[in-house]
Amino acid sequence: MEENTKISVAGNKGDKTRSDCQITLELKSTGGLQVEVVSKVKSMYGKSIERLCIKGLQFFDIEHAHVLVEDFGALDFVIMARLEYAIKQLKSSNKEFLPEKSGSILINTTKSLYRFTRLYLPGNSPSYMLNAGIHKPDGVILDLEDSVAPTKKAEARYLVRNALRAVDFYGAERMVRINQGAMGVEDLAYIIPHHVNLILVPKCESADTIRQLDVAINKLKRETETDNITYFMPIIESALGVENAFSIATSSENIVALALGLEDFTADLGVKRTQEGTESLYARTRLVNACKAAGIQAIDSVFSNVANLDALAANVRTSKGLGFEGMGCIHPRQIPVIKKEFAPDAEEIEKAKQIVIAYREAIKKGLGVVSLGSKMIDAPVVKRAEKTIQLAEKLNLIPSDWEIKINS
Amino acid sequence: MSTENLVKNALGRWVPTEVNSVAQIPYLGVGKYKPEGRIHGRFIPSNSDYPSDGNKEVATIKEALVKAGIKDGMTISTHHHFRNGDLLANIVFDCAAELGVKNLRWFPSASFPVHKHLIQYLEDGTIHHIEGSMNGPLGRYTSEGKMKGIAVLRSHGGRYQAVQDGEVKIDIALIAAACADTFGNANGLNGSANSGSLGFALADSQFAEKVIVVTDTVVAFPCIPWQIQGNNVDFVVKVDKIGIPEEIVSGTTRITNSPDRLLIAEMTAKFCDVTGIIREGFSFQAGAGGTALAVSDYFAKIMRAKKIKARFARGGSNKYLVEMLQEGLVDYILDGQTFDLDGVTSLRVNKNHVSTSPFTSYNYHGKGNFADLVDVVILGATEIDVNFNANVASHSDGVLLHGIGGWQNCLFSKTVILPVPLFRDRIPVLVDEVTTICGPGELIDVVVTERGIAINPLRTDLIEKARNSDLPIRTIQELKDEAERICGRPDKPKFKDNIVAVIKWVDGTIIDAVRQIDND
Repeated sequence: MEENTKISVAGNKGDKTRSDCQITLELKSTGGLQVEVVSKVKSMYGKSIERLCIKGLQFFDIEHAHVLVEDFGALDFVIMARLEYAIKQLKSSNKEFLPEKSGSILINTTKSLYRFTRLYLPGNSPSYMLNAGIHKPDGVILDLEDSVAPTKKAEARYLVRNALRAVDFYGAERMVRINQGAMGVEDLAYIIPHHVNLILVPKCESADTIRQLDVAINKLKRETETDNITYFMPIIESALGVENAFSIATSSENIVALALGLEDFTADLGVKRTQEGTESLYARTRLVNACKAAGIQAIDSVFSNVANLDALAANVRTSKGLGFEGMGCIHPRQIPVIKKEFAPDAEEIEKAKQIVIAYREAIKKGLGVVSLGSKMIDAPVVKRAEKTIQLAEKLNLIPSDWEIKINS
Repeated sequence: MSTENLVKNALGRWVPTEVNSVAQIPYLGVGKYKPEGRIHGRFIPSNSDYPSDGNKEVATIKEALVKAGIKDGMTISTHHHFRNGDLLANIVFDCAAELGVKNLRWFPSASFPVHKHLIQYLEDGTIHHIEGSMNGPLGRYTSEGKMKGIAVLRSHGGRYQAVQDGEVKIDIALIAAACADTFGNANGLNGSANSGSLGFALADSQFAEKVIVVTDTVVAFPCIPWQIQGNNVDFVVKVDKIGIPEEIVSGTTRITNSPDRLLIAEMTAKFCDVTGIIREGFSFQAGAGGTALAVSDYFAKIMRAKKIKARFARGGSNKYLVEMLQEGLVDYILDGQTFDLDGVTSLRVNKNHVSTSPFTSYNYHGKGNFADLVDVVILGATEIDVNFNANVASHSDGVLLHGIGGWQNCLFSKTVILPVPLFRDRIPVLVDEVTTICGPGELIDVVVTERGIAINPLRTDLIEKARNSDLPIRTIQELKDEAERICGRPDKPKFKDNIVAVIKWVDGTIIDAVRQIDND
């Protein structure tokens, strides 16, 4: 930072800007604190924006400054993130200007939670974050990596941190995709203390990457007295990553899934990504196999043609057939389609019910062999049927007392 | 602008007893005000005063205005069939200004951004005030207290009622028609610039003292169909271009791309499905606006899946409704306003696509109207409060920005649903009290937001039917609280004391008054 730099800028503005603001901060030596608000909602929120900015400046012990807030309907957590980054460009501080934690940020999550759908949200675009939860994805991914321009990486960290504390995602698992390498390790300080449930690790090629992150996370948790579990979902996006899939999958007990990123993978192979996906068949089956061997979930690559929901449905059916258990979403309208296709259909559920009932009857009668009609049923078939039933129960496709209802 | 004589109406709003020197009745409640007297009549004309060859053509609009006897203080009406593509209103007041006429009352069926041209005539005294929907720049001008008289906002049905009851006496009506004969028969279908229906001009053609039809396509008698009857017409003027039909398609007549709005539309359709509103032979109306159009689209999907069809749909016709008619999902479109060129074409070629008017559809001082017969209507709102009262005329900052359109009239359908986002760019749509009441909560049945559906407690039948669905049913208070939790509690806009506009209810009583915004 140059000595005479006294003006800083944070945030976004422009005709298409929504739910965001741009803050221009000028530190002065006299004149006290002045806040100027330009906003369509000034008559409703102008005073409150002004108060919030004064509070933030005082929090960082600034006595003389001019703040220009060009606002496009930004909520408090956004204004706070923009203001903090504007201040920190001019004045170093270890303090954090944090929004209150919303009651909605504590959610029940487990390793085996279904993760059919995870909605990607660009980490520096608040407008996508506010309504992400209403589309009921299994998880939301606040992205610090590819969807954030290199010049915006720093300010996105404050926004993602504040979003983790303030935004109600209506029960979706709260995930962050960090950056690659050292930058990704730096990202952790902004997210670990704020109830992030899962970290996506992009372009993961080795178990060491995960182990290093694990160490850094545990250190941060001790320092900040954070006790919630943070899961990992490494993203495999290269030929080397595919070859190392199993060792990555078993590199930490907190790994819940491996995801596949086909755009980068096909680029790494030097081939074109096609709709049929023949070029990535090996990667996909290899990844599924590694995941099943490690007892974790296999998550397929995003489908980039957001306009074609029929093609998406077909893609999910193929994916499910290969053994994948979820897919990333880059548009909310993809969520119901992906959920429906990964969920067991009525025929699958009906067959599973019959198998499970036949099995339980056989146990009751002390029979060694399970049969349905004239057909013998093997143990793995029973196991698969039980899994289908569990899934259907979890998705509310059948009531938990389905068996009683059938028998009565 | 006297503000001394205020009275509290049945919704607790303080409204003036006199507007622009005319005595007013405060809103008394739904169906409470009973009109007396006879329907207004214009002077009896005689054939002997009209050309025996039936040719009523005059060379220019200005000449027609002079022949119609334009003078200070008159009421001049125009219509919005071309929406933002209207060319006529601006030309009419250009002529009036050239003639040096002052203090005119403009009585449009709606105004659009294109009419900001007229602000200069409000400034120089050519126009005294506007009575009609206030869209865009004129609304802001009015809200800032710059207009000399008080604006009077009416619904489409309320406009017909006001004319029929003699509450507004139109001196000169100018009707922009795509096609006409020199006798004055006219339609919006067979010219080079077509607007479709001419329903909004019906009242004017029947009740105005002088009627001028303006067209760019003159055909030999008879002009068929005669949506406007030449027997009501004094003069016909041919101009080079009557309107810009492409401008009929406004931003509010395309289906939404927003995933949030699509979700709201989907929830709305699902609500109508689980509560049994969508059934064989039902009827619906979806207004303009991206979300309402998306609702029609979801209705179509449900109807296809269930193999049922609607008896009729009321429009605002548009591409989506026309496709449903062509597919056989609806028997009839009863069209009050054509929203795009697909609608215009369909109205011309499909005998089951029928033109209607504010008289047949909306007039509250008639012997019933079609809007009452509709099973479900999908409408928008800028604000809705915890008593289900809703606002469509002003924004939460108090500025007049929208017309009422047929909105108030549609509230009489059997089920009224408002699909709205809980907030727009931090501005809560669900509030404790709306800035301006345009419709009473007792007529608003369901509010659908992306974060839950609130059913009016008066509709115990709907509450019961939706109980066992997986729809997120909440109370309206819960929705309002959630909006505030996300957005923060907004400060109320500040107003000065003086009234700049009044909102008429469908029966001509005053349901609310709008005050000048205080920008200080």
